[in-house]
Amino acid sequence: MKQLALQALDLVLEAGITYADVRVIESRERELSTKNGRPAQVSSAESLGLGIRVLASGCWGFAATDDLSKAGIEAAARLAVDVSRASVLAKQRDIALAPEDKYEAVWVSPCRIDPFSVSVEVQLGLLAEIDDELRRTSGVTLAQTSMVFNRTRQMFVSSLGSVIDQTRTSSGAGYEAFSFRNDNIQKRSYPNSFGGQHQLKGYELIEELRLLAQAPRVAEEAVALHTADQCPEGRYDLILDSSQIGLQVHESIGHPIELDRVLGSEANYAGMSFLTLDKLNHLRYGSEIVNAVCDARIEHGPGLGTFAFDDEGVPAQSADIIRAGRFVGYMTSRETAAAAGQQRSNGTMRATGWSRIPLIRMTNVSLQPGEQTLDEVLGGASDAIYMETNRSWSIDDKRYNFQFGCEIAWELRDGKRVRMLKNPTYSGITTEFWNSCAAIAGKDHWTLWGVPNCGKGQPEQVIGTGHGASPARFHNVKVGAAYAG
Amino acid sequence: MPADLAAQVLSMDRCRELFGVVELAAKSFGAEGVEALFGAHRDALTRFANNAIHQNVAEQAQWLSVRVVLDHRTARATTNRFDADSIRRAVEQSVALARSVAPDADLSPLLQPSAAPTIQRFDPDTADATPRDRAQAVAEAIRLVSEAGQTAAGIYSTGQTAEAILNSEGLAAWHPETLAQFSITAIAEDSSGWAKASAVARRDFDPCDLARSASRKARLSRNPREIPPGRYTVVLEPAAVLDFVGQMFGDFSATAMHDQRSFLTDRLGTKLFGENIQIFDDAAHPLQAGVPFDGEGVPRRKLTLVDAGVPRELTYSRSNARRDGVEPTGHGFPLPNEIGEAPLNIVIAGGSTSIEQMIASTERGILVTRFWYIREVDPYEKILTGMTRDGTFLIEDGRLVCGLRNFRFNQGIIELLNNVESLSPSARASGEETFDMVVPAMKARDFNFTEVTRF
Repeated sequence: MKQLALQALDLVLEAGITYADVRVIESRERELSTKNGRPAQVSSAESLGLGIRVLASGCWGFAATDDLSKAGIEAAARLAVDVSRASVLAKQRDIALAPEDKYEAVWVSPCRIDPFSVSVEVQLGLLAEIDDELRRTSGVTLAQTSMVFNRTRQMFVSSLGSVIDQTRTSSGAGYEAFSFRNDNIQKRSYPNSFGGQHQLKGYELIEELRLLAQAPRVAEEAVALHTADQCPEGRYDLILDSSQIGLQVHESIGHPIELDRVLGSEANYAGMSFLTLDKLNHLRYGSEIVNAVCDARIEHGPGLGTFAFDDEGVPAQSADIIRAGRFVGYMTSRETAAAAGQQRSNGTMRATGWSRIPLIRMTNVSLQPGEQTLDEVLGGASDAIYMETNRSWSIDDKRYNFQFGCEIAWELRDGKRVRMLKNPTYSGITTEFWNSCAAIAGKDHWTLWGVPNCGKGQPEQVIGTGHGASPARFHNVKVGAAYAG
Repeated sequence: MPADLAAQVLSMDRCRELFGVVELAAKSFGAEGVEALFGAHRDALTRFANNAIHQNVAEQAQWLSVRVVLDHRTARATTNRFDADSIRRAVEQSVALARSVAPDADLSPLLQPSAAPTIQRFDPDTADATPRDRAQAVAEAIRLVSEAGQTAAGIYSTGQTAEAILNSEGLAAWHPETLAQFSITAIAEDSSGWAKASAVARRDFDPCDLARSASRKARLSRNPREIPPGRYTVVLEPAAVLDFVGQMFGDFSATAMHDQRSFLTDRLGTKLFGENIQIFDDAAHPLQAGVPFDGEGVPRRKLTLVDAGVPRELTYSRSNARRDGVEPTGHGFPLPNEIGEAPLNIVIAGGSTSIEQMIASTERGILVTRFWYIREVDPYEKILTGMTRDGTFLIEDGRLVCGLRNFRFNQGIIELLNNVESLSPSARASGEETFDMVVPAMKARDFNFTEVTRF
């Protein structure tokens, strides 16, 4: 792989470019699923290819190929340079990059049990057991289970002289119980929606999730929702479980802090951001107990956004995003850091594979744990609504107005569940919501969630991101508007 | 058929040659039958923002996906390496995976060969578009927007794809295709406008026309006014229609019905929408794109999904068709999978009312250019939430009065399709929330906007 990468790099360097990097990526994936007692998805996939990114005449060009013959690599190198030179026809100014050092490194993500060494029979066997358990509950009309494993080795070389060899192994698993009755479809998922929990771990993640043990409760809740009361409409103290906080962080903190969005790169598709440059170090994003970081280091945890170097050769870092409620940092790249007058990229450029350019993507954007116990979070308001597990999510293209739906809720009185509620939704304006944050549970209840389906860019790139979160309480939140009409 | 040009990316002869290697390997590993999906594409996309090209990419890729059948078991392995060793490894993996699953008595045998459907959707000029071709068109579009004092962002993409399916029963079908897309957002101080087109041939749209349209919308919507949320008559442009209505078509699936996760459960054959709603799935429609056969090689059949407001036909994969005693419709996804099938070539019948006439006939209402971030709130009532974006206008007394701050909506599809008052002629349209369709603009009453955002 190193030879292929250096060969491609040498070819573009001959063309007199300003900067270039090459990523050769080999990936392997296994997907397994069951549905109502039968195997559904049983598949594996392998891929090998390279992408060449060049900066020539002040403009970017990129070409990717899986033809790794000498002629194929030469053609891709020529095309990358041609593409960059065509960009000059619509150029405003030369692109500048924040300085970066050269690195030579080999990094392998922690993986205690190689998921590809565990037999498919064992993996499908566990899914089948869960599937059976879910359908044991009368009223469950559809049971679905899934596992996915991925290993990617990337060789990065750049004209700075960096040679970085990284291997990342991720695992994910989860399940859903559906219940259809009387013109109503209800669903419960475990450990989360979007196919469950996903982390940068081996098969040990699957063992840690205690999937089978939770199946009876999940199935019973899916059925019980049919007889639950409709979630009321009004303003309530709202408590969210940590998985929903994770998605709330993703949508209303993670995306707005992408500096490429702020600077307009995504204006035609993913949108822009309300966090214009004048707001840095000034905006009160949240209440004083709100602290958020963007942290790609393994010290933060085995998240889907954990690595040693980003995809333009910048080391993994931890950056404060919100400190005691104040907005203090963006996610940056070498290009956007330079454009915003910052000294250095904080290392968030990621691509979904060899065929795509790196973009600023969330690494692990996490809400730091608070100091309250879970009982204090739940019981801090005399009347409150507690919601669990995302069911729908939507936010405007500048990331102000959001609406989320959850699978299940309970009305709480003095922290105790008094009735189950179905079809819960809540909505608000990002900064008003985070400023209403009244309590955050501590580290014992903090989980690093994986969101495997974050979309951005044209052509679109769907990537996994990490979000640490613990349950939190918010004051006076608008609840139930989605069903009010 | 310009086979010489289509052959640039992946010819049928090449697929047959590779399938020989697949078949040999499958036999040696003891498979009873084997199916192979081949694909290759060569695409390029020129992206611009802040009145400059900022990302400019080109990609060439291929794939081979092998599915073996043995003892009523099946599994899939995919590779992008076409050398003999890699192909043999993919077949071996497929066999190993298949041996790991329990036998499925309902697994369909491999499809017998039949006349392969062909549709000409390959435009050499689009396949051969150069980085310079795209950059020149982008530069001209940027010039038009920037001369209006606005900032342009968007994409211009061109590319070619070839897909084929072959199996050990002798089935062989192949389809080459080109696609071009141009979209542009014109951004003014406090407003924006958007336009997008896609076509098999790039000459079928004019990037400058799209730039002018986006720029005009940004100009007309400046100084947006905030009006309270509530129920309003709406004029939905085609992109808004397809992104909204497009969220329901996954439910027109025999698998979704069998799973009781479709909103058509207990509703098929009953009048659900207004009588003016007529919806087809038609892969052969001249404005459509896509492969004319499904993931098992079954030719796609034209379906009447909704007839005068009544949901009539569903898509059927082969196994579901056999279970329900009907013919497969050619909409199945490659096996094995959990979602079964879905229509992908939607054509909604139009009417004769132009968008201008819809506006002129509206006393008070809202014109929506496009929606954004649409998600399902309720799966059975099919309530969706999302935002308006890039050109939302107040209509009063039959004319556009001003731009509006964008709304969040919570609106049921069933309710909307009962409230359609008029339809424009249908056209190919392209959004960002679902696949391209042939759809009309719609004027509908009582659209439920529930919140207003800050811009």
